[in-house]
Amino acid sequence: MTGATMILAATGLDTFVHTVIKSLALGSLYALLALGFVLIFKATQTVNFAQGALALAGTWFLSMIFMDWNVPGRWVGGPGWLHWFVALLLAALATAGFGLVIERLAIRPMIGEPIFSMAVITLGLEVMIRTVAFDAVNVTPRVLGVPWGTETFMIGGAFIAWSYIAAIAMAAVAFVGVWLFFKTRTGVAMRATAFDQEAALAQGINVGRIFAIAWAVGAMLAAISGVFSSMPPWGPAGMASRDGAFFAFRALPAVILGGLDSAVGALVGGLLIGFAEIFAGQYLAGHTGILGVGYQQVVPYVVMLIGLLVKPYGLFGTEEVRRV
Amino acid sequence: MRGRPKLYTSYIAEAQLFPTRVQKILVVVGIIVLVLMPFDLPVINQIPIVRFLGDNIWLRLVNRMLIFTIAALGLNILSGLAGQVSLGHAFFMGSGAYTAVLVGGKGSANLWGWGLPIWIWLPASGVVAALVGIAVAPAAVRVRGLYLGIATLGLVFIGLHLSRVFPEIAGPGALGRKWPRMQFRLWKEEDPLVDFSRDGDWLWFEASKNQKTYLLLLALTVIAAVVAANIARTRTGRAFSAIRERDVAAEIMGVPEFRYKTMAFAISSFYAGVAGALLAVLAGQVPPESWGLLLSIQFIAILLIGGIGRVSGALLGTFFVVLSPRFIEEVIDWMKEQVDHGGILAGVFDILISTGDGDGGILAISETALGYPLPASALDELVYGLLIVVFLLFEPMGLYGIWVKVRNYWKGWPFSY
Repeated sequence: MTGATMILAATGLDTFVHTVIKSLALGSLYALLALGFVLIFKATQTVNFAQGALALAGTWFLSMIFMDWNVPGRWVGGPGWLHWFVALLLAALATAGFGLVIERLAIRPMIGEPIFSMAVITLGLEVMIRTVAFDAVNVTPRVLGVPWGTETFMIGGAFIAWSYIAAIAMAAVAFVGVWLFFKTRTGVAMRATAFDQEAALAQGINVGRIFAIAWAVGAMLAAISGVFSSMPPWGPAGMASRDGAFFAFRALPAVILGGLDSAVGALVGGLLIGFAEIFAGQYLAGHTGILGVGYQQVVPYVVMLIGLLVKPYGLFGTEEVRRV
Repeated sequence: MRGRPKLYTSYIAEAQLFPTRVQKILVVVGIIVLVLMPFDLPVINQIPIVRFLGDNIWLRLVNRMLIFTIAALGLNILSGLAGQVSLGHAFFMGSGAYTAVLVGGKGSANLWGWGLPIWIWLPASGVVAALVGIAVAPAAVRVRGLYLGIATLGLVFIGLHLSRVFPEIAGPGALGRKWPRMQFRLWKEEDPLVDFSRDGDWLWFEASKNQKTYLLLLALTVIAAVVAANIARTRTGRAFSAIRERDVAAEIMGVPEFRYKTMAFAISSFYAGVAGALLAVLAGQVPPESWGLLLSIQFIAILLIGGIGRVSGALLGTFFVVLSPRFIEEVIDWMKEQVDHGGILAGVFDILISTGDGDGGILAISETALGYPLPASALDELVYGLLIVVFLLFEPMGLYGIWVKVRNYWKGWPFSY
């Protein structure tokens, strides 16, 4: 969590403001990642372990589209930041297409198989995609060309990175988007599929198409969260790197804490985990000797385990009715 | 009842591990071949696969495979028999390995180590891992299915962090610390009674260190496999199966869910702990990161590729997963040779393999090359991810399932049923 935006302020209040915004930003990032997991789980009852690998693939696509090919800047004029967002959208769409291919080849044939088998298939996919993507980002550092870079502004005496604001805004847009999506016809169909696949089929819902849409949207969210988690305070200076693939695993506690099948849970879980991690990092720093260097990265898992002990299906997850 | 191997007249006959005489003979012959495999003996050296597995270069890999087998048998009891999804197997292996280095390793100013002999540290590593498993169980029993998988995934990351909190045990640097050698001592005397880590005389014949280690590991693996197979047919094993099929139903029928799930975690962790200790000792020096998620995934791949829930499945899967990277490397080398010397298929291989810049091949020869074309090491991982996917898609019962199909085909031949 170090970077150009270390706290320079002296007063306790400034530190607090800075910590809160930092937590909000990290929490939004986790929530964004968690939303991708939840969407795919809701429709297909599968935890997509390949989410992190898809995120890395998405950042790699963005780097190629924006930096290497200079799309859309080579055709149209206009401000650079607008180009970047268009490129981000294109990268997300490319990842969505990739997700569609995966769904068609590896997930669709598994409908009706045990949930565990499906989850392990995504683990296998994760190994494959990550290997290729690692190889791709290893040769040369893949710069993403983030418009706001490492710039900061001040609130009172606290330095705030623009990336924080961007991450919070992006998460807000994504959650509102998904909330609106659930109100549409397709969204209702997806909720019905999540509730009971056979009943949905009987109602004339094309369950296969719902699966495809869920994977496409999930992959898009993965790409976007992958790009935002590669930005300066979290990732290494706005470059696609190997860490991108593992960042998604750090969001799993948020998914579990909130409940695997709840979008609200993803938001609450993400924010809770974000706050726990940053606040522990900020206010327990004096005990690093006992807790060990980098202890804040383990905080999410500890919070998750405690949460599971209290509520085995997460805060907002649907409890499985156990029948004989 | 001669000639009717499937007709059982008593429960004892049905519960036998090897019901037919042919199977008994095959197992005995198989074990004799395995024991004599590395020693370059005239007849055994002619059996196709055995011939090159016994080579000194391959033997090291075979040793690794045997250790992986022990760990896979452990996970098979937890996931295959009791049906509890665990991504935390690497964590239990790590706890075993660090117990071994604490009990058996050499201590110094900033490293803890008591320097005790192997007959203490090997069981200790299993017992400590089992205790860790028991400690984790109360949390693990409360959650089920994918929630359990992800919770155990959390264990792996917490374990990695613990290795950073205790540099006195895990060693300070990224390289990790040195594990004790594989030597049998009665107590802390200078000369070990049996030294598995050096070439040299042994009783009346010459044996290299790999050959000696191989025999030790083979013995341990056979014991582990027999115990695992026996657990499956005891009261405990049947309770595990009942819980796997439906935990609520099992509890209603009087199988205490909590006790048996805890037991499954303990047994599986014991296997994992022993295997982890042996793996670290064989490698000599292991960084903490190697007890990571990838190792856990590897064991799940082993079970799924071999066939989940069967001891023979765990054996087949380990053989396949541990040795296949080496096979791939051999194949790539062979392909390169073909290209260089202009064999029949040289044209095809030339398309696949990239020998220099500007070549269109997708595989790189040199190990260090990064990026496109893919280096051989990346190809290993790619193939093994692909194997997981392909097996789950087309043969969910794994290699064991293929074997059953082949067997049934020949049993019914020339009829198809």
